[in-house]
Formats: sequence, C-alpha cells, structure tokens
Amino acid sequence: MNEFFHLMKTELIVTIIIFLLLFIKLGKDIKNEQLLPFIQFVLLVNFIASFFYNVDGSLFGDMFYTNSLIAFEKSILSLGVYLISLLSTDWLKKTSHLPEFFILMLSALLGMCLLLSSGNLLIFYLSLELATIPIAAMSNFDLIKKRSSEAAMKMILSSAFSSGILLFGISLIYGITGTIVFAELPKLADGSSLFIMAFVFLFSSFAFKLSIVPFHLWTADVYEGSPIAVTSFLSVVSKAAIAFVLLTVLSGVFQPLQDIWYVLIVVLSVASMLIGNLFALRQENIKRFLAFSSIAQVGFILVGVSGNSNIGISSVVYFMLIYMVSNLAAFGVASVISEQTGKENISDYKGLYKNNPLLGWVLALALFSLAGIPPTAGFFGKLYLLTTGGAKGSYLFISIAALNMIISLFYYLRVVRAVFIDKNDQPIEKLTIQLPVKLALFVCSVSIVLLGIMGWIFDHIESLH
Amino acid sequence: MNLLLLLGIPLLTGLLVLLVSTKVQVRWVSFVGATAQLIASFLLFFAFRTEIADQNTAQFLFEVDYTLIESFNIHFHLGVDGISVAMILLTSFVVVAGILVSWNIEKMTKEFYFLLILLSLGAYGFFLSLDLFVLFFFLEMAVIPKYLLIGIWGSGKKDYSANKLALMLMGGSALILVGMLGLYFIGGHEFNIVHLSKLTISTDYQHLIFPFLFLGFGVFTALFPFHTWVPDGHSSAPTAGSMFLAGISMKLGGYGCLRVAIYLLPEGAKEYAHIIIVLSSIAILYGAFVTMMQKDLKYMNAYSSISHVGFSLLAMAMLTQTAITGALMQMISHGLMTALFFAVIGMIYDRTHTRMVDEMGGLMKTMPFITTVFFLVGFCSLGLPGLSGFVAEMTVFVGSWQVDDWFHRAATIAAIMSIVVTAVYILRAIGSTAMGPIKNPSFATLKDATWNEKLAAVILLIGIIGIGIAPSWLSNLLKPAAEIITNRIMGK
Repeated sequence: MNEFFHLMKTELIVTIIIFLLLFIKLGKDIKNEQLLPFIQFVLLVNFIASFFYNVDGSLFGDMFYTNSLIAFEKSILSLGVYLISLLSTDWLKKTSHLPEFFILMLSALLGMCLLLSSGNLLIFYLSLELATIPIAAMSNFDLIKKRSSEAAMKMILSSAFSSGILLFGISLIYGITGTIVFAELPKLADGSSLFIMAFVFLFSSFAFKLSIVPFHLWTADVYEGSPIAVTSFLSVVSKAAIAFVLLTVLSGVFQPLQDIWYVLIVVLSVASMLIGNLFALRQENIKRFLAFSSIAQVGFILVGVSGNSNIGISSVVYFMLIYMVSNLAAFGVASVISEQTGKENISDYKGLYKNNPLLGWVLALALFSLAGIPPTAGFFGKLYLLTTGGAKGSYLFISIAALNMIISLFYYLRVVRAVFIDKNDQPIEKLTIQLPVKLALFVCSVSIVLLGIMGWIFDHIESLH
Repeated sequence: MNLLLLLGIPLLTGLLVLLVSTKVQVRWVSFVGATAQLIASFLLFFAFRTEIADQNTAQFLFEVDYTLIESFNIHFHLGVDGISVAMILLTSFVVVAGILVSWNIEKMTKEFYFLLILLSLGAYGFFLSLDLFVLFFFLEMAVIPKYLLIGIWGSGKKDYSANKLALMLMGGSALILVGMLGLYFIGGHEFNIVHLSKLTISTDYQHLIFPFLFLGFGVFTALFPFHTWVPDGHSSAPTAGSMFLAGISMKLGGYGCLRVAIYLLPEGAKEYAHIIIVLSSIAILYGAFVTMMQKDLKYMNAYSSISHVGFSLLAMAMLTQTAITGALMQMISHGLMTALFFAVIGMIYDRTHTRMVDEMGGLMKTMPFITTVFFLVGFCSLGLPGLSGFVAEMTVFVGSWQVDDWFHRAATIAAIMSIVVTAVYILRAIGSTAMGPIKNPSFATLKDATWNEKLAAVILLIGIIGIGIAPSWLSNLLKPAAEIITNRIMGK
C-alpha cells in the first residue's frame, strides 16, 4: 500500500488538487483575485513535491511503472503548468470560469503523467485521450470569440481522427503479437510488413500530436484561435509529454525496427524543419509565428530522437526543458501585450523596446534561445541534439539541420528587429506587469541564461538512466 | 597567470555597465574595464615571455581545465601560445580605442557599450579556448552583438547590411559546426584541440572535413567569394562597430583557419592549398582594384581590408614557417591599422558629415592632428618602412617566395603587384582629403580631435609604430607557435 502512494505520488497529488478545485467550485463564489494566488501556490507545491520520494517500480501488473527519469520528466511538466499559471495572470483574472480552467488543465496534466508511466498499450491509449480532450475544451475558453470555438472544433476533430488511427494500429499490434504489454513487445516484433504497417499507424498519431509535417495542418489555426495560456500549454507541456513518450516507445518497444524508423525520422525531421521554417518566414501574427517555429523545433527534436541512444534521450529531455522556458518566456511577453493592448501582430511590436525595455529584453532572450544563439541555453540544447544525431554519421542530415538554423535565425531576427530597431510613431505604451508575471519571466530568463552554462544539469539527466 | 582573469574582467565590466545608471558612469566603467583588460593582456605577455625565457617548452601555457559536460567530454579548457597572446594584445588595443571613439554616442548608450563588451568577451574567449566546443560558443556569441550594433546605431542601408552580416556569419558557423562534429566523432568523442592534434586522422577524412572548417572560418575572415558582407557591414556600422568588425572579428576567422583547419587537418590543407592560393590572390587583386574605384572612405577601407586579409590567407596557404609567421603578423598589423583607419574616418565624418572623398579637401588646415594620423595610417597601409604594414607584408612575401615553383611564385608576384595599386588609392585618398584648398566653407571652422579621440589614436599608433620599429618582439612571439604548426604539416 505504501508503495502505491510512493509510486503514484505525482498522479495522486494532481488528482487531489482537481478534487479540491471541484469542491471550491461547488462552494460559495470566491473572487478570481483571491483564488488565483492560492492555485498558483498549490501548483508550486506540486512542482516542488515532484522532486522528493521518487522510487523506481511498477504497479498493477506492469501497467504502470516509474523511474527517476520519468519522475524528472514529470517535474518538467509540473514546472510548465506552474509557469503558465503565473504568466497568464492577466487573462486568468478576467476569465469567468477560473476553477474549471484549472480542472481541465490539471486533468490533461494527469493524463500526461499517466502517459509517461504507461506500461501497456491500453493505459497508453486511455491516458493519451485524457491528455488531449481537456485541451480541446480549453481551446474554447475565450467564450465570446468565434475563432476560439473554431480552434476547439479543429482540435477535437483532428485528435479524434488521430485517436482512430492509433486504435487501429494498436489493434493490429494485438492481432499480430497477442499482447499489449510494452515489455513483451520487442521480443514479439517480427518485422513483418503488417507489423510495420501497425507501427506506421501508431507513429502517425504521435506525429499528429507533435505536429510533425505532414500532420501539422491543424497547428497554426488552433494556436491562433486559442487563448495564449492554452496555446502555450499545447505547444510546450503537451509537446514535451508526447516527445518523452515517443522516446520511450521508439527506443523501447520498437527497438527491433530501428533501421526502419531511423529513415522515417530523418525524412520527417527534414520536412518539419524546412516547412516549419519556410512558413514561419511570412507569418504576421505572433501566435501563428510561434506555431510554425515550434513545428521547426520539433524537427530538431527528431534529430536527437534519431540518435537512438541513452545520450540521445538525455539531450531530448534537456532540450525540451530549454525549449519550455524559452517558448514560455516568448508566450508570456505576447500574453502581456495581447491582454493589455489587444495587439498580436509582429508589426505592432515595432518600437516595443522604447517604452518596455524589460519585455523587449526577455523576448529577445527567448528568441535567441529558440534560434540557438550563445550564450543562451538554446545553443547548448541544439548542439547536443545535433551531436547525438550526428553519431549515426550522416553529414548530409546534420548539414541540413545546421542550414535550417540559419533560416530560423532570419525570422527570429525579424521580431528582434521590430522590437529594437524599427521606428514606430505609436509604439506600445508602458505596460504594467503584474508581480506573478514578473516572477515567471524572471525565472524563465534566468533559466535561459544559466541552463546551458551549468553543464552539470545535462550530466544529471544523463545519470538518471 | 590565471587565464580566467582575462574573461572575468570583461564579464564584470559588462555586468557593471548594466547596473550603473548614467551615461557618464557607463562610459567610464567601460573605459576603466577595457584599460584593466589592456593591462592584464600586457601582464599575460610579460608572464609568457618569462616562462619562455625559463625554458618552458610546453605547447600551451597557463592551462585551465574544468569539465563542463562529462557526457559529451566537453571541457572548459583554456591555454595560450604565442599566437593567442598576440591576438589578445591586439584585441585589447582595439577595444580600448573603440570605447574611446564612441564617447559621444547618446542613443541607448548603456546598450551600446554592453554590446561592445559582449563582442570583446566573445573574442577573448575565442582566442583563449583549447576546446572546439567552447571555441565555437565564443565565436557565435560575437555574432548577435554585431547585428544589433549595425542595426540600431548604424547608418545607410543598415537593415540590409545587418541581416546580410548575421546570416552569412551564421552560415559560416553552420559549416564550422558540421566540421567540428566530424572531428568529434573521428577523434573518438574529443573536442580537445591538443588531443586532436596528436591524432592521425586518415587522409580521406581530412579531405572531407577540411573544406567545412576552412570555408566556415573563411566566411568570417572575408575569404573570396564569401567577402560580400564586409563592404556592406563595415560601411553601415557605427565607428566602433567597424573597428571591432575589421580589427577583431575578421581575425577570429583567420585564427580559426590556422588553429583549427590547417593545424588539425594538415593533409587537408595540403590538398586544398592551391585553391586557397588562387582565391586569396583573386581577393588581393580584386580588392585592390575595387578600392581604387570607391569614393566613400568607409567602402574604400572595407575593400582594402579584403585585399589585406587576402595577404594573410595567401601566406597561410604557403604552409611554410616564415609565411605563417608573416600571415599572423599581417593579421595583427592589419587589425591595428584598419581599426585606426575606421576611427579616423569616423572622426572626419563626425565633423564634415560626409565620407565622400570628392567633397573634402584641405582638412590639414583645420584638423592637423586627425589628418596627420590619417597620413600615418595610410602610409602603414601602403607598406612604408618603419610602420607595421611593411614588416608584415615583407615577411609574407619572403615566406611565400621560399616555395619555389612557378605557381607559388606567380601568386606571390601578383600579390606584390597589388602594392602599387594600394599606393595609388591611398595617396589619392589622403591627398584629396587633406591637401588643396578647403572646398566647403563650413569646413573652415571644424575643431580638431578631442582628448578621447587623441588618446584612441595614440594607443593604436603605439602598436603600429612599435611593431614597425621593433618587429622582433612580435615575430619572436609568433615563430615558435608557427613552427609547431609547420612541423605538423611536414609530418614531424
């Protein structure tokens, strides 16, 4: 019994918070101003608690397992949720259904935690659904905006479609091997064409959730329509969870097929980097811009995945951490500006630095980190991905990835130019940044500067498995 | 001497610049920091000479080695040989001068100085690193400050120039990155330059990787045909920006070509030396002739830089000890000279508000100090004995002539011919700006240099004349290091 509490610690805490919020909702009305700091505090506790009492082991006949790497990944997700709750303070205070929003977000988080720990295809499918459906409801949270409903509709349709494909793949696998337990699958994977087809179905559903080209078409519209808090959750926390699972599934369950999926990953990685970058060049809306840039970033993550080694897994986990703080910093600035002025276009950011130097610096730092410019952490993250990807010895692949870093620099510099260099007769007024937002932006900026230089963090991740 | 000091001073200066509030404080903090760094560089120089005099035969001195990331075998590994010491001295000279000539920047002063110091930190770190990863880190760190310096404080078509510079330099970095990873895997997960230089890498691999590294660093040092960012970047940048670009940043590329590409991959260097010689001969002649057609002083100096940097690339590709020493001396000499050239052009522009040679005239009468410096630096550029340009070019030509076959001789002769062209454009430019009647009546009331400008010019002139009169201290510094490189090329 004691083991149960230890192993499922994170899931249990998240569930308790969900119930707590439900009871608060049932009780008398509490103002958002009072409730929000409490929720933020609870999420902080959840994040801190995720570091303690982590033990390895499995439950329910290997249906659920956890180890120190998975615990670390769960901490990253909890950190992301905590930072989002701080960064979206402006928007959350105005929303009329604050507890519901967090109930949905935490349900998705619960789903992701279960997903990371899932030990067979059944719980895998169920937790993936739990991690997806609440996000569709969250996309619709700007209740009066039509675009928001449109985004929710697109999200639910595309995820339903990808679930269907996933289920089909799972049933094929069960038909071939007669088992759904991850640990038994590698021995039974026979490499027959039917099994490869099942793998392709399974992989397509991952590609949908990660918005890998050519499964990316829903991304830009959903990102643009959803409230920024949801967009950042979708592009950072959700993506991180799926990427972590992809790592374990590819290097664990489908290890026998590695020659096949290596080619697949390389092709999709190149396509994602190129398409994401080329489309990002022309975007005007900052959310769409970040959507396409995140497609390109996923291409980079795949470079690390292609390495198929322990160090490859570490570099992906490390990159996701860096990508999370960088992207959240960018979304945080966008959220402050959007909530207070309603402006979301890059051309509106012209001359931002004049009245809001702090926001200007944070945005520049975040974008440099996304572009992989030293001394920011993004440089280290990208270089480690390339180094692990290069271990397979494909110079062409690494060269294409390096080339894409130049293309991406071009459009990231476009925003930096707007903020620092371009003149504007009516720049954005001096904005008031609330304390929680300031705190979160500070945490993100400090992490962007320090995560890379402090190399022991990577060694710590590497020591986890 | 602890090499961390040389990184600590700029880092601390940069942080202090961010913390202080008024413009006056920002200027003085930067100036004091840069001066302290200059002093530290001299201390390094003397400590280095003492070690050499004490018969210390280690290849790299004052090594510092911390493990940065164990999993990838990345070390924060610093160390200096004669080449690095000379380069660090050059950098600290240019940084002090650059900070002094920017004294009048009023727009976003704090950010301006912070970026200058960040750029210099990148350069110092680059020259100190003995680990390819750390070296690459510092190299890339210097790219974005350049972009912002040109974009925010530049003039003319600055948007275009800043973008072109940033993207071309990033392109160079991408090539370096691929080459670096290639070395890493061939060397058995090794970024350490000292360890890599002990390895025997198969000839095929050397032929494969050398172009990546050499071209990558070549972009930084304006290797023809990747020189196109130079004229635009230099002419659009603010004065200190141009000084840093030409005086420091282009030297990063030259140093990288030598230390990483040629030293680690000697077989590759031998294979491609002919191509490099052809390209740099083209750069020398093409640069000289294009300079002749320029009317804008900044464009003139930018194109002449392409020509002058061509000398050092040409000498490097000759692969003899004297030639490589000459290449390094040319890099140092050109760094000082071109920084001073840009400083003087900036001073003239601040007063006359034009950079066109036709519109100036008779400046000697109103600004004797600035014009005298202009004369001196012009003479240095065309290779007058007694100034650093002569010494450096002479060593290059002597070293190149030692390779006795018609191909190398022809290239050397072509390079020597360019001196005549240089004399033509330099004499014409300084003649028509300084001599003759005052063309524009408003020029009659112009003021001569202020104290900070005088100090900047004097500091750089000390370097130029010092090398010109007593070149042996510089060549003695460079020769042993150049010998190690040539020994590796000869396979000893």
